[in-house]
Amino acid sequence: MWDGEAARAALPAVLEGFGVTVLATVPAFGVALVLGLVLALTQRAGPSWLALPVRGAASFVRSTPLLVQLFAAWVLVPSLDAPVLGVLVLGTHYATYLSEVYRTGIDAVPKGQWEACTALSLPRRRTWRAVVLPQAVRNVLPPLGNYAVSMFKETPLLSVITVHEMVHEANTFGSAHFAYLESFTLAAAVFLLASWPTSVLVRRLEARLAH
Amino acid sequence: MPTEDREDLTARADPVAPAATADPMAPAAPAVRFDRVTKRYGDRTVLDGLDLEVGRGERVTLIGPSGSGKTTILRLLMTLERVTDGVIHLDGEPFSHMPGGSRGKLVPANERHLAVRRRRIGMVFQQFNLFPHMSVLENIVEAPVHVLGESREDAGRRARDLLELVGLGDRADARPTRLSGGQQQRVAIARALAMRPGILLLDEVTSALDPELVAEVLDVLRDVARSTDITLLCVTHEMGFARDVSDRILMFDRGRIVESGPADELLESPAHERTRAFLGSVR
Amino acid sequence: MADLLPVAAGFLPELRRALPRLAEGVLVTVEATVLGAALALVLAYALGLLSRSDRLPVRGGARLVVEFFRGTSLYVQLFWLFFALPMLGFRLEPLACAVLALGLNYGAYGAEVVRGAVAAVPRAQTEAGIALGMGAGLRLRRVVLPQAHALMVAPFKNLLVQLLKATPLLSLVTVPDLTFQIDQLRSSTGATAASYLLLLGLYFGMAVVLSLLMNALERAAKARLGQEGGA
Repeated sequence: MWDGEAARAALPAVLEGFGVTVLATVPAFGVALVLGLVLALTQRAGPSWLALPVRGAASFVRSTPLLVQLFAAWVLVPSLDAPVLGVLVLGTHYATYLSEVYRTGIDAVPKGQWEACTALSLPRRRTWRAVVLPQAVRNVLPPLGNYAVSMFKETPLLSVITVHEMVHEANTFGSAHFAYLESFTLAAAVFLLASWPTSVLVRRLEARLAH
Repeated sequence: MPTEDREDLTARADPVAPAATADPMAPAAPAVRFDRVTKRYGDRTVLDGLDLEVGRGERVTLIGPSGSGKTTILRLLMTLERVTDGVIHLDGEPFSHMPGGSRGKLVPANERHLAVRRRRIGMVFQQFNLFPHMSVLENIVEAPVHVLGESREDAGRRARDLLELVGLGDRADARPTRLSGGQQQRVAIARALAMRPGILLLDEVTSALDPELVAEVLDVLRDVARSTDITLLCVTHEMGFARDVSDRILMFDRGRIVESGPADELLESPAHERTRAFLGSVR
Repeated sequence: MADLLPVAAGFLPELRRALPRLAEGVLVTVEATVLGAALALVLAYALGLLSRSDRLPVRGGARLVVEFFRGTSLYVQLFWLFFALPMLGFRLEPLACAVLALGLNYGAYGAEVVRGAVAAVPRAQTEAGIALGMGAGLRLRRVVLPQAHALMVAPFKNLLVQLLKATPLLSLVTVPDLTFQIDQLRSSTGATAASYLLLLGLYFGMAVVLSLLMNALERAAKARLGQEGGA
């Protein structure tokens, strides 16, 4: 049954793991944001000899398991440290989601906006920078927020390549003290406490932008 | 499936049923009575203490500028909205409210009270609101089978009669989205009539149609008005249609009745300044 | 990639020998996906419809369950069922743990899909139902849900592919799924790159098959609504 003593002992380890989880999620999401935009713009505005293969590769990465990608990168690129590798793989995986988010957001900008730019003879770069992307940002903010939350919840996968994030710490503590119940329940609670307020914020943002 | 009202809903040879006939001995209660009805949305008052009576078999058209509360009257009657204050009566008994609490005081009606009574009312919407996942025939058969408990055969036979009546006998198996707006609206009329309502509400039924499709819908409605004694409540900007079918026209402005009178009289020689201005703007 | 060519000669015969075990692995992965998705679908409908209830306790309860299973990571849920639950005296088969975790987690996400789709059916459709005297249950069953289904298929497709992609977790709790079997192949042959490439390719193939099935479903659902050129 529940052992308060063990739970108190597990808490520091779990919280330390939580710190690592956050530290991994933030740069990984940064990678995803930038790489995702590059992928989206290449597919939308790049030359077709580049757009098609990029689209295929993105679809492959998006449709295959992150866990297997982590394993594969881990054994095939031994030169990189586990945390760096983890951040890169996680970031790339999510970049393929975010590129779809960007694409949808760009497509949602009304056709009339493009036509107005043509009518004003705006150059292509200016059309993107000053007209299309600013409007697309409004469309993509809520889904981006949702993906940030879901990436945060997928970061525990990095434990398979020995990154000491929260679930890894909970597992280690659990097996050392035979206190799985306490350590994993704590980990669940920390996830809930961290991700729920974020989800609520995203939903508020969504409601605000809908008007 | 509740079937309390079935006795006066049995199949008749005539595809459009006459309104439920009242006991000839009893003093005829009005089909609809609004008793000091107020409707507010937030702090915006749409209807302000409205009194209104519509007799059995009477055809009443509501006209007036948009936002004057005409459509709200139909929506309140159809229970799509609830009154803020006041009571709506149907055939002489409370509809929006029901006896409850101490000494038979009226309280807002619950869903069961409404469910049984609103079957006497049918409505045709501005945007048709056909069910896109059902064929034309299925749209018409749906409620008679699942609400009134009619057999599929009976309901189907009647639905085909009604489709003939609205001139779409050959489109029974079509998808609603395949039809023109005018055809969709005629299906919607058939669908409403399939429930044999005593009262039919027409909410700007031609406003969403291209001009060349308006006539086919109004012709069908003229037919219905001529061949039945159904009670009609109609919101429209088609003054010619209003004159043809209505016994009485009510001019609305800002939630109140400005003027009311026989169709010809009100349209020919409106007494009120607001009515004159409004009629001038729609002609 | 460097080790791909030299060991390829030895890899292929090994692969042929391992085929029956790989097939078993595929079967386990498919089994977990199908069972997990079935459980998730049931939960998604139940929780999604309950969270639109007029009664606050019902709605609140459903929301709480949804938020709980969305908010705690799938990995934590799986490990909790596998490691922590036995300490409370309940021991589930590893595959049952996995199916339960997948079902609960994706069921919670699916509940949001159901709720959103039902809310997206135009209010006018409900009003038409009221005008025809239909009760709430009949309106939901005959008018709203058939139209909501067409809106659910695309998000459900994404969730289904996500669920498939989450199944390699099974190998972490000792279930001999596809990832587990190929990992065995990898350690016996040393052909790391070839093994993982094969594994990724197999998952990609399964994802494509699932997507195609769901696309067909979506086209059918949209055709039923009379919308052409769906998906």
